[in-house]
Amino acid sequence: MIKTDALIIGAGPTGLFTAHQLKLIGLNCEIVDNLDKIGGQCIELYPDKPIYDIPAIPECTGEELTKNLIEQLKPFNIKFHLSERVDEVKKNNGHWNVKTNKGTEFNTPNVIIAGGVGSFEPRKFAPKECERFENKSILYSVKDKSIFKGKTISIFGGGDSALDWAIELSKDSKVNLIHRRDEFRGAQISVNKVNELNESGKIDLFTKYQLKSVNGTNKLENIEIMSDDKEIKKLKTDYVLGFFGLIMQLGPIAEWGLNIDKKTVAVDTEKFETNQKGIYAVGDICTYPGKLKLILSGFHEGALAARACFKLARPNEKYRFEFTTSSKTIKDRLGVKE
Amino acid sequence: MTKITYIQHNGKSHTINVDNGLTVMEGAVQNDIPGIDADCGGSMACATCHVYVKEDWFNKVPSKTEGEDDMLDQAYEPKSNSRLSCQIVVSDELEGLIVNLPEKQV
Repeated sequence: MIKTDALIIGAGPTGLFTAHQLKLIGLNCEIVDNLDKIGGQCIELYPDKPIYDIPAIPECTGEELTKNLIEQLKPFNIKFHLSERVDEVKKNNGHWNVKTNKGTEFNTPNVIIAGGVGSFEPRKFAPKECERFENKSILYSVKDKSIFKGKTISIFGGGDSALDWAIELSKDSKVNLIHRRDEFRGAQISVNKVNELNESGKIDLFTKYQLKSVNGTNKLENIEIMSDDKEIKKLKTDYVLGFFGLIMQLGPIAEWGLNIDKKTVAVDTEKFETNQKGIYAVGDICTYPGKLKLILSGFHEGALAARACFKLARPNEKYRFEFTTSSKTIKDRLGVKE
Repeated sequence: MTKITYIQHNGKSHTINVDNGLTVMEGAVQNDIPGIDADCGGSMACATCHVYVKEDWFNKVPSKTEGEDDMLDQAYEPKSNSRLSCQIVVSDELEGLIVNLPEKQV
């Protein structure tokens, strides 16, 4: 059981800056995120898209913003728990017991939800019968590529994941690559490589096709794909891989007894506390009159929530407001030498 | 104000007046029309405001910009008349526009 002054759920820009604010005022914290990397939507949805409304930064991409926020956290040693989703939040003697899907447990007086629109999950195939084969022969990520050796794999999607895996698996497997358009959004070099492999017969390319049905009794036997002109092709296949990007699901947050409306959590604007004492929500996931879903609002919300955490984490101490420009204590925490 | 009709997958139809300058997505969200999630808030980053634009309207709505088709690749059951409703800005020319909503967004 890890004891910490505050646990932050979500390693997007708001979660990162909230961690900074907590550390500045002398509280420790740890961060959990379901993604395998730091940055949240900034890194998953728009790493290359420029953002123009971060105060004092005229232009930066999601990736640059994330890099700078991580840099800002460098003086502090913050533990990240990536690829873990918080499943349970339970009250325990005025504190919260928090448990992730990997079994990591925390005990903390403060839980700060900075979860954006929830956790990222892979987008799945439309036909319902796909569920029957999910995690067996229909997969949305590759954990062990050795299972594909000598088999027939049908890969769906038009982005880098689909192209990269088609190229990689074509070395030891028969690969069908199916995409709904004849344009790919992946890197040009990968598109060229796929076209080469298609010409040399290593990859069978089907563009303007989508999955229509999957068939098989106990194990997957074949799939049917349908073109824009309703032409149907049957493909024998052992495995199906779908790479349609990620979607955001509110997930277990819905079960923690919070006031939730339209996938957002209601908070007050003094502490950004939810209807549960010691649970705060900041960034895109919180709502209050006048809420703006901007990164800069998340920074403000995190700064205030951090101050509220102080009270519960240090009940016998008094919080004193200090500026980073003048406080010796804060400079020590930052490791600044004068 | 421009009249826009949203038809849910179950056939339920909602006709509302949307202020010009808003997007078809915003019109739906502000009027609590079920079936449009708009998780990313209209930044063309998620494909959860996916709609089908009725054939006779498809060529009249402002055309797709770069990147919209990339996002539509990730939508649930995209078709040739698929659009992201956050990218369709409402104007007088769209009076009477009809969009059909997919069975689900995710």
